[in-house]
Amino acid sequence: MATLETPTTPAIAVGERAVRRWPGRWARSRNLLIGLGIIIALVLVAICAPLLTPYQPQEQNYDVTLQTPSLQHLFGTDNFGRDILTRVIYGARIDLRVGVIAVIAPFVLGLVLGCAAGYFGGWIDTVVMRCVDIVQAFPFIVIVVAIVAVLGPGLNNMYIAVALTAWIVYARLIRGEILVVKHKEFVEAARVIGMTDLRIIRRYVLPNVITSSIVYAMADIALYIGLAAALSFLGLGAKPPEPEWGAMITEGRAYITTAWWMSVFPGLAMVVTGIGLSLVGDGLADTLRPGAG
Amino acid sequence: MGQYIARRLAQMIPVVFGITLVLFFLLRLIPGDPASVMLGERATDEAVARLNHQLGLDQPIYVQYVYFLRQLATLNLGTSIRYQIPVSELLGQRLLVSLSVVAVTLVLTGLIAFPLGILAALKKDSLLDNAVRSVFVVMMLMPSFWVGILLIIFFSVQLGLFPVSGYGDGLLDHLWHLFLPALTIALAISPVLVRALRSSILEALDADYVRTARAKGLRERAVIVGHALRNALIPATTLLGLSIGGLMGGTVILEKVFSLPGAGALLIDSIGARDYPVVQAATLIFATLVILINLVTDIVYSFLDPRVRFA
Repeated sequence: MATLETPTTPAIAVGERAVRRWPGRWARSRNLLIGLGIIIALVLVAICAPLLTPYQPQEQNYDVTLQTPSLQHLFGTDNFGRDILTRVIYGARIDLRVGVIAVIAPFVLGLVLGCAAGYFGGWIDTVVMRCVDIVQAFPFIVIVVAIVAVLGPGLNNMYIAVALTAWIVYARLIRGEILVVKHKEFVEAARVIGMTDLRIIRRYVLPNVITSSIVYAMADIALYIGLAAALSFLGLGAKPPEPEWGAMITEGRAYITTAWWMSVFPGLAMVVTGIGLSLVGDGLADTLRPGAG
Repeated sequence: MGQYIARRLAQMIPVVFGITLVLFFLLRLIPGDPASVMLGERATDEAVARLNHQLGLDQPIYVQYVYFLRQLATLNLGTSIRYQIPVSELLGQRLLVSLSVVAVTLVLTGLIAFPLGILAALKKDSLLDNAVRSVFVVMMLMPSFWVGILLIIFFSVQLGLFPVSGYGDGLLDHLWHLFLPALTIALAISPVLVRALRSSILEALDADYVRTARAKGLRERAVIVGHALRNALIPATTLLGLSIGGLMGGTVILEKVFSLPGAGALLIDSIGARDYPVVQAATLIFATLVILINLVTDIVYSFLDPRVRFA
């Protein structure tokens, strides 16, 4: 069935399928709404931190060390007597920022390289894919640790390490989709009427292939928050006494038998953030996909 | 078929070569050198220079690289700067630990992901399906070292069922110590597998050949097991093989969480100690293993699915 497909025509189905799709579509974009709700709530909590808690994140109080969660300290206190709820809230500022900044560079880099590899093929494709193979062969955490070790501990260097290694996923995603899309009739038609490659990519190819990358980026934000946490665990990320969630989990590990709340609550914060981001990603996937129901 | 394998092996060579290059030069970019790390902050400059000379580290970089390649060609992995014993000896025991974690993880993943994925697909949209999918989505979002810590808190501290850390003595003791770390990683990679399995089974159940099988009058069970599952399990198994790479990365952190004497923990410590030979050898082995496993997975895949072979 050869049809002239265009990227912007929504596929209108008739009869039963349309009727069944309507509540389905509404339910799916509900994911987006819930996810956005969670993320916006988290951002607001982070911004309004001083209004939400009477304590300071670095405020030590040796009278109340290692307290179980109670009415005065909803998440308990740590070994320095610092209120954990406060630190989790202030930690949101750090971690949310980390996740977003970390994802931008690999996204853009992967997009550019993947587009070039997929659309133009040939030696560009070979070179890019060989680079992908090499980077991919290293266990991700090892290469990030190695790069951070070279550049020195700290979250800024984590961004560089991530940019150098995480672009491959986006490159591969984009390249795979472009390989399919570039043979479609509307691209051939655009080429025939004399559009330059760059214009074709920008107007026809990109809007069709970028969805999966955006969805993936949402998951990646959560992943990088986890990565920052892992690096803090190894002593290569945020330095104490920063209330970064990963650093808090690490500090809590030493008290695992006596003060479980030190590690559990920051982790829960990460999970909630991850759920929000994942819902946003899923919701975006369904609303952004051109023509899909 | 032989041609396909030969071609893939040939493609592997420049990649491994590239890895050694990247590794070598990346390591030497790290500020600080092994001698000063070993001798400490109060060492005199002469002592540091002398040790560097002794270790052959004052040669120009390309000379060091050639030495390195020559050693590799004879499968000599060098001597650990920090421990002064052959790297192969140091790594040997540790690799065994790491690989046993990987092995137990694979078994656990298979036991968790495959039954749940199959059930979720066969009972699509049921309570079980939705519960499995929701739980695994949340699980995918949990940082693995946090899950490890949670499991320790719950199973080791509260319930006392498993040891908190360490590797143990003797096969059964090893398995007992490896259970929690392996479970942690298995829980981390199962979600992807469950999702992939579920979707490929659903796809298979929709396919023409299943319709034909049903039309032929086969019992539903034969249709599902003999036709749909047989085809649908292939992509999932391939995915399992391919996720071994990520799995091995996961063991690195978890070896630290559970205090397992594995190659990953050694690697992290060696980076800090600037023990170049150990870092090089360990990373090279990890990377080569990952590439080999990917290659084997691809070959097995092309074996199981003739369409790939002739693509």
